[in-house]
This record gives sequence, C-alpha cells and structure tokens, in this order.
Amino acid sequence: MSITPQVEPLAKIKSRRMIKLLASGKRLDGRGLLDYRKIQIENGVIEKAEGSALVSLGATKVLVGVKIETGSPYPDLPNQGALTVNAEFVPLAHKYFEPGPPDENSIELARVVDRGIRESETIDMEKLVIVPGRLVYVVFVDIYILNHDGNLIDAAGIAAISALLNSKLPVYRVDENGEAKKADEYNPLPIQDCPIPVTLTKINDRIVLDPSLDEENIASAKLTMTFTKDGKICAIQKSGIGAFTFQEIIEAQKIAREKANEIRKNFFKEWI
Amino acid sequence: MVAIQKLIDENGLRVDGRRLDELRPIKMEVGLLANADGSAYIEQGRNKIIVAVYGPKEAQPKHIGLHDRAVIRCRYHMAPFSTDERKSPAPSRREIEISKVIREALEPAIFSEYFPRSMVDIFIEVLQSDGGSRCAAITASSLALADAGIPLRDLVVACAVGKIEGKLAVDPSDIEDKLGEADMPVAFIPVLGKISLLQMDGMFTEEEFIEALNMAKNACMKIYELQKQTLKQRYLQIEKEIQETPVQKGEE
Repeated sequence: MSITPQVEPLAKIKSRRMIKLLASGKRLDGRGLLDYRKIQIENGVIEKAEGSALVSLGATKVLVGVKIETGSPYPDLPNQGALTVNAEFVPLAHKYFEPGPPDENSIELARVVDRGIRESETIDMEKLVIVPGRLVYVVFVDIYILNHDGNLIDAAGIAAISALLNSKLPVYRVDENGEAKKADEYNPLPIQDCPIPVTLTKINDRIVLDPSLDEENIASAKLTMTFTKDGKICAIQKSGIGAFTFQEIIEAQKIAREKANEIRKNFFKEWI
Repeated sequence: MVAIQKLIDENGLRVDGRRLDELRPIKMEVGLLANADGSAYIEQGRNKIIVAVYGPKEAQPKHIGLHDRAVIRCRYHMAPFSTDERKSPAPSRREIEISKVIREALEPAIFSEYFPRSMVDIFIEVLQSDGGSRCAAITASSLALADAGIPLRDLVVACAVGKIEGKLAVDPSDIEDKLGEADMPVAFIPVLGKISLLQMDGMFTEEEFIEALNMAKNACMKIYELQKQTLKQRYLQIEKEIQETPVQKGEE
C-alpha cells in the first residue's frame, strides 16, 4: 500500500531562504536553476562484476554493478536474452533508509531506469542467445545507493549505462551434445544506444535541475525523461504529490533534451 | 500462439473497429458498496475495476499521521483471475509502483489540509484487466472520493495514448499495448489545468510527444463529462429515494 510520505523536517529559516533565492534564479549552493552539481564517473570499480561504475552527483553517490549469468529465456521471447534491474537503498546511505525488502521508492527507481534501458533497446537482446529457446544470457543491473543527497534517478541512470558500456560478456561454447561450457574469454556486451535520464523538479513553480536532498524535500513534483542518442524520448515518469501544467511539461521536455545531450557530450562522446 | 495481426486495417480502423481518436465503451457507477464511505465501478473496454474509499478517519497507526494534512493510502491490486494467466495475489513490483503513481495522481486534487492527523484509504481492485487499467482506476477512484464526500478541487480523469504501427492512438487496449511501440498514461485535473500523472514507455519523437499529450487531454475531457453525468445521476437517485420514503408518524 502506498502512503503519503513524511518529509524530513527542514528549518524554516533554511527553506524560506531557499525559496527566496529560487525566485531570483539562484540556489543555496551557488548554482543556477539549470546547473548540475559536479559529476564524476569511475568505471570498473568492482573487478568481480562483469561491469561496474560509481557515479557521484555532488554528495550523491551511486554504485552500479552488472552481473551476467545464464538462464532460460522467457517463454514468449525464446530468442532473446533477459534484463533485470534492481535497486537497493542500503541503510548506510541515509539515516531514514531502513534494512528490509525494497520499498516503493526503490522499486520505482529501478523500474524507471529499467524502462530507459529496455525501451531504447540499449542492449541487443537478440545477441544474448547461447542455445536458442533454451539458454540465454541474463543481465543483472544492481543499483546500490551509497550516499543520498537527492536526484537518485539521474545518478543511477548514468551509472547504469556507464556500467553496461564497460561490461564484458563471458563466452560460452556449445559442444556436440548441446552442452554449453564457459570459456575463459570475453566479448564486449552488445550495446547500441546510450539512454540518459534527466529529472526536473518543481519547487514553488520554478523548474530546477539536479536537486539536492533539501531541495527535493521542499519540491512538489518531479519529472524524469530519458532520451536516446537520437533525441527520442524512451521513458517518462512524473512523481511526487504535485502536478505540472502542459506548458511546464513542454518546457521541461526541451530543457531535459538539451541536458541529456550535454551529459552525453561530456561523458559519452562516442554516442553523439 | 496467436498470429500477429495487423493492428490498423486499410480503412484506418483498429482491431476492435475504433478510429484512432476513439475511446473504448465506458460505463461508470457510484455508490455500489454499502460498507464503504464512497465507492465506484468502471468498465472501460474489458477493464472491470471496483474502488472503495474509507475515511477521513483517525490515522492508524498514529505515527503515520501528519500534523498539517491527511495521509492518503492507496492500494492498486489485481485479482488473480483478472489476467490471461493467473496472477499471484501477492503485490508485484508493478502493482507497488502503480499504487504510488495513482496516489500521487489523486493527491493534488484532494483538500488534504482540511483533515490533519487523519487518513483516507483508497482500495482499487482490478477484477478484469485490459490495457490502461491504471487510467481507468484513477478515473474511478476520483469518483469514489467524491462519493465519499471528500472535498476535491476537481475530479481527476486519466487516459493513455499509445503508438501503434507508427500512429498515435487513444486509449490502447491490451493487445495494442502489448504489440504497440509506446504507451503514455496521462492523468488530468481539468479545473487546475494540470497533469498529475505522466508516464511513458516506448519511443516518441518530440512532435509525437506533444501531439500525444494533446490527444490525451482531449480524450480526458470526454471521460470527464461522463464522470460528471455519473455523479449527477447518483444525486438524482438519492433525491428520489428521499422523496419516495414515506414520512413516519412522530417524525414531523
């Protein structure tokens, strides 16, 4: 069951100051409304994973590990590999994160990142078949939040695509009996797109990029849009208890598209 | 295995004979559950969805209560027999996400600030699912909230727009959703002119996205009229029941 969440109490003096600054196009940490915090991407931080990346957006830190195993295909898609995206809000990341099964926020995050990767056909699933109808590769993307300071979806989305781009696919050889055996060889994971999610947050009727946690706590609603390398939209999610006007959505779409290109230009040059 | 059929025929009509901008047949009813404070039922295509609203009542357990507003609890649940293959009654990840987005779609319309420390429960049971069940559930939930007498800024109405064989189509059915290239559910609050739910999976260009948004709005306005009629019908019926009730002796 989904329940209206309690937001972290914020000192009035701080929230008033934030809102006052926003009205004049400024933010508490000195950024403009449409500026990112410092973005850092470290690739291949976990050697045992087939792919991994650690992304920081200011103080927000998200680690993504990709594990590739084998399994049976889905009965309705016998000639395709499988993709699973999961997110863990581990308790070390924030004082309000509790251990236990994933809550609605981590499920939503994982599903939005999943949609971005799946709908853009980022992974060429047809190349992930070992024995048609019987044995395929299963790609597990596990999102691990290490420090929560807002804008988790963008950080997780960037970390997920970074990790997939440096993932290696273990080679399996099928012998004459139809048995698949793992060889000590790797190919790159077949990637054909570079989806980038961009979240815009509405605070007091102002549209803000890359909110900190304090900003998220006074925001009314968020809108995440994921763009493919060709500038098509492949996933959208509005969240939060506020609402957007049509004009705001159309404006947000333009900003998000530009920002996705900016990220791609700065960190994924080969995908422009 | 069903052979993959064409989703749009040479006359531009869809599998069920609809035009691209045509809704499936819709039937709505309010006040059908005696125990609930408010209830509604909707049929949209083959969707059959029933919604009950309880509250406002004291927040339980007390620690979930908020000092300045009511807490809204929402559960979207599919019956095990609602789909082609039996669905486990345990909540799936999809249902958990949908419960959240439906709550967030309805909250902007509710005057929650009138009921601090209390809660309103919205229980949605999908008895049979076709495409677009979250949208039909939102449409029905706002009727159930109105039926419960909970103060609302307006009804919330929702409709999806899909992309099938490269063309935008309103209110996609199950098969169109499965075989189509995109699906975008939209919830709209007409009086505020605001969108309170927006999701999309698939592929849209910028032009398609803006066009789809407009198509969704137009479709929502058609459903909104039906919603209002349904509520009016309910009040006329109550008025009639009161007038027809014989006045008992000693009550005058």
